[in-house]
Amino acid sequence: MTGLPEHLADLRAAAPPHLLPGVLHRVGLADHYAIRPSILGPVFVAFTRRGVSRVDLAGDPAGFEAAYLARFGRAVVPADAPPPRLAATVDRALGAGRTRGIPVDPAGLSEFQAAVLRSAAGIPPGEIRPYAWVAREIGRPGSGRAVGNALAANPVPLVVPCHRVVRADGRFGRYSLGADESKRVLLAAEGLEIEALEALTSRGVRYLGSATTRIYCHPTCRHARRITASRRAEFRSPGEAARAGFRPCRDCRPATA
Amino acid sequence: MRPRGGIEALPAALAADRDAAFPLLVRALIDGVYSGALRLLGNSADAEEVTQEAFLRAYRALGRYPAARVGELRLREWVWTIAANLCRNRARDRRRRGEETLDPEAALPDPAPGPEARALASAGSGALAAHLARLPWPQRAAVVLRHVTGLPHAEIAAALGRPVGTVKSDVHRGLQQLRRQLEEEEG
Repeated sequence: MTGLPEHLADLRAAAPPHLLPGVLHRVGLADHYAIRPSILGPVFVAFTRRGVSRVDLAGDPAGFEAAYLARFGRAVVPADAPPPRLAATVDRALGAGRTRGIPVDPAGLSEFQAAVLRSAAGIPPGEIRPYAWVAREIGRPGSGRAVGNALAANPVPLVVPCHRVVRADGRFGRYSLGADESKRVLLAAEGLEIEALEALTSRGVRYLGSATTRIYCHPTCRHARRITASRRAEFRSPGEAARAGFRPCRDCRPATA
Repeated sequence: MRPRGGIEALPAALAADRDAAFPLLVRALIDGVYSGALRLLGNSADAEEVTQEAFLRAYRALGRYPAARVGELRLREWVWTIAANLCRNRARDRRRRGEETLDPEAALPDPAPGPEARALASAGSGALAAHLARLPWPQRAAVVLRHVTGLPHAEIAAALGRPVGTVKSDVHRGLQQLRRQLEEEEG
């Protein structure tokens, strides 16, 4: 009689999908995630012992868990909420754009990408910087395109505010969470006056200076926003500002080259 | 960096960084361990619990072993040593308490008995699983590990702590017994 071994082999079954995350959770090797509200609607926020590891628009939990496992090689299982201290900082970031000081798990990030994200994390709410600015800040001038790619692959959008990095011509560019349009929504929610900014950039203006302080800034820098209209100078390039006798702002650090 | 490659590279990876490599070990073995436990115990709830427990014990043991020992582990037979022991204990406890262990679907008798091949083809996995559950433990363990899980005789021998020759004869006699049961059902 043949066939019995083959039929026995057919009794092999795949483990139920929840079993692997369950095992890793039980030995303490699974990451966790919770649903939190954000300006863009509910998001999944995954976290490890080191910090936030992933933010994505909330959708099908099984799909999120599978994508997480594929991307990080670690299981992620639902939790009610992040640990209290992390929850407070995460909610401030998601709700009000106050992103400073949130721990991000750097596992899986290249050194370059980690540097890009650290730099982007320092941009205050409602302010924007060009890709080339980030490239220069991390000591890699000219790598603006790579910066764009690194930000597009940002695993923790909203928490690291990659939406505050835009194209030099003032257009907002790509966004890693949902539609590109979300970038505009987020910046408007943070108080950026988009129409006023676009009026400047469409005229080729890239920097604003104060005739009082002789300092020039990125137009969205908080110092630039305080310049009295009558004392405001407009520049198309750092060179133009320098020739007019202006020095770059120490907070928003516009290009000096 | 995540280690690449098959299970061959895992002992060294586990010795170097248990927490980084352990998820890969679970991924590599979980389907086999679950399948084997399911067919040894006859129901998915017990199989899931045993699978979880086996990997938990493996994880803890890896933390106690010196790196040199971890690096030389034959992982599949080692995990199965733990899992087979858990399965045997659980099956024995259930039997002592007189509990029904088969899933209702798995326990149903073949509704349309026929010759073995036809019985196998039409009865589906449930009936065959029910027949497996009637084998004495050593034969059931040997048949399931050999033909459901696909372990070589040597690994089964190591996992069950029995000589290879004994395992081979257990597999052989287990298959014979299964055929007898299927024929009895037919006639």
